[in-house]
Amino acid sequence: MKILTTPRMERCIGCHACSLACARLVHGRVSWDTAGIRIQSSGGLSTGFEARVCVACDPAYCAQACPTGAMSQRRGGGVIVRKKLCIRCGECARACPVQAIHLDRSGEPFVCIHCGRCVSFCPHDCLEMVEVDSPARPSANQPSAGTEKEVS
Amino acid sequence: MTRVVPFSPVRDHFRILVADLASGRSRVERLPGRDEVAGGSGLAALLFGRYGRVDQPWDHPDQPLIFAVGPLTGLFPLMSKTVAAFRSPYHDQYSETHAGGRSALCLAFTGYDALVITGRAPHLSCLCVGSQRVEQRDVRWMAGWDALTAGKHLRKMFPGSGHRSILRIGLAGEKGSAMACINVDTYRHFGRMGGGGVMGHKNLKAVVLLGDGVFEAPGGKEYAKLFQHVHSRLTDTDMMRKYHDLGTAGNVAALNELKSLPWRNLQQTTDPDVGGISGETFAEKNLLRNMACAGCPVGCIHIGYVRQKFHEDHRYFYRQVSYDYELIFALGSMLGVTDAAQSLLIMDRVEKTGLDAMSAGVALAWAVEALEKGLVSQEQTLLPLRFGDADGFEQALDLLAGRVNEFWSALAMGVPVAVERYGGGDFACVLGQEMAGYATGEVFFTSQSMGFRHAHLDAGGYAWDQKHEEKDVDAALDFLVTDERKRVLLCCMVSCLFARGIYNDELISDCLDCVGYSTLAGKVDEVGHHVQSLRWATRFATGYDPARVSIPKRFTEVVTWKGPLDVEYLRALQKEYARRISAMAAAGAEFVPAAEEQGE
Repeated sequence: MKILTTPRMERCIGCHACSLACARLVHGRVSWDTAGIRIQSSGGLSTGFEARVCVACDPAYCAQACPTGAMSQRRGGGVIVRKKLCIRCGECARACPVQAIHLDRSGEPFVCIHCGRCVSFCPHDCLEMVEVDSPARPSANQPSAGTEKEVS
Repeated sequence: MTRVVPFSPVRDHFRILVADLASGRSRVERLPGRDEVAGGSGLAALLFGRYGRVDQPWDHPDQPLIFAVGPLTGLFPLMSKTVAAFRSPYHDQYSETHAGGRSALCLAFTGYDALVITGRAPHLSCLCVGSQRVEQRDVRWMAGWDALTAGKHLRKMFPGSGHRSILRIGLAGEKGSAMACINVDTYRHFGRMGGGGVMGHKNLKAVVLLGDGVFEAPGGKEYAKLFQHVHSRLTDTDMMRKYHDLGTAGNVAALNELKSLPWRNLQQTTDPDVGGISGETFAEKNLLRNMACAGCPVGCIHIGYVRQKFHEDHRYFYRQVSYDYELIFALGSMLGVTDAAQSLLIMDRVEKTGLDAMSAGVALAWAVEALEKGLVSQEQTLLPLRFGDADGFEQALDLLAGRVNEFWSALAMGVPVAVERYGGGDFACVLGQEMAGYATGEVFFTSQSMGFRHAHLDAGGYAWDQKHEEKDVDAALDFLVTDERKRVLLCCMVSCLFARGIYNDELISDCLDCVGYSTLAGKVDEVGHHVQSLRWATRFATGYDPARVSIPKRFTEVVTWKGPLDVEYLRALQKEYARRISAMAAAGAEFVPAAEEQGE
């Protein structure tokens, strides 16, 4: 199982190609907010950039906080999202320790699903998919972890 | 659970926000014309026809300040520029200036094709526009603040890191200078023709654009596929390398070698000390990192680093300053400054004052020579200006921006204004406005002095000079007019002109068609011609007469690698270009509303 990592953010030039690609290809939108990875300047452009992106927690705080099972633990870290189960409560975003989940105006959550489609759009190789071997922990109050990639 | 379905960014009309600073009220308007003018530059001209006043000067409160993006903004790579249009304080005629940064994507993501700002705020204010927000806020306490400090505080006032664009002015803008720029996101600028002065006159310290709208991706799989194709061409080939490697700064040594780099107020076109300020030197000694405009993977913005010791106990502070060819010319060679670090410090001061770097540098170069020749005294300049004196130039920029006395106040309205008062027209390096850094010859001098925005970007005259030895007036002007038409279309989209090698008419048409602008896609050539004429007609309606453009004597004394300038050829080019421009303006005249039909 692979996860998206951001090992070379010091190279980031702030083009937002990753965010725009995620919104376009994964979520069918033109936006840099409704994306699993979002770029911010770290205190003004003179100090560089940082990525707001899922760090693939295992167990995932957002999945634990989700009351309906819309977010469930993903093997290797992170979550599987089932939007049809989401009630827009925003608990996932509040639980995330790294502010990686964006809620749109309807409260719909957007989080990285570690699909890696953004990686090739980065001109400076800031992003990388890496193999992880830790299996997801079984959780009594979560639906069984599958490979479902329903996101919209 | 009901999903909120985002609406399409593809509109068959224009969605415009008109903000009146006097009343603090705004309204959303829906205007036709997409298939005629596309957007960007064409939209700006259309909007000036509707909201501008051809019968009133630039500082009439009704005159609009227009920011426009295009039908492809945010949808394809390098569609990353915004057009600003206004009646310029420099020549009191219609003009445009372009900038990138995050301005284009932010404006597009607010859900508007253009922002039209009219009226004059009762006191210094800033305007914030988002997809669900319009707010005018009192910033009287920010009066006199430099553009960088103002940016820091505006960031705190309007959270939205990374997805927000802050357009602001420095002291030069507040003082209504005709060479004041609008700083965009610290490192980019609506540089030329005094857009900052327009904002200052409107009591508008800043415009904050919050790009928080979300739109449905158009075009399905075909869109994703075409995007990938364009992205790959931009990033997988060497086509854009010159822009992100040394950047445009790589031209410094090359043009010096060609005897085409203006030095010391264009008294020379080459100098053996160029090594101190070459692109290679900047890259090796001072380049800190690169940055990009939002939506552009090229990353052509070069940020230089310079540190200064302020205490003997090894205490330092450091500055990060964006540089490129034009700044190195204007604030390096033109001022006789041959040290990269010193040049960066002058650039930093320009950034803070909110002056246009090219105009400011050329104006200071003129001031040095005017002082040398005794046309003005040190009592007037307040400083012993000398070529090569970087510290002196840093101080002089504050005087210029602050318009501290009659001399500096006149110069701040453009070198021609100072010439009118003090003389020195022979050595004024003015080509419609203060020259860009290309002493390449007759075609460039004609192009910039008579071109629509008086910018080196109007058409590739500098390239024609370098590639053509023959002196064929018709061939040169065929090129200028055709090249301008191609660039006009790009400026309607609104593309970065660095992508002009990729976005030809065919690809632009494919992009438009793919996302749903099928009618527009089928008539890009027609639209290019129409907007070219419309822009000229709009400029003519505000008083332009290309036959009255004169090129100062200094340019006729230039010696390039081709030898001395051919004055007869230059005059022939000017005469014929004036005829062609007038013909284009006549073709567009019927589309410019008469004075009595304008205004709100």
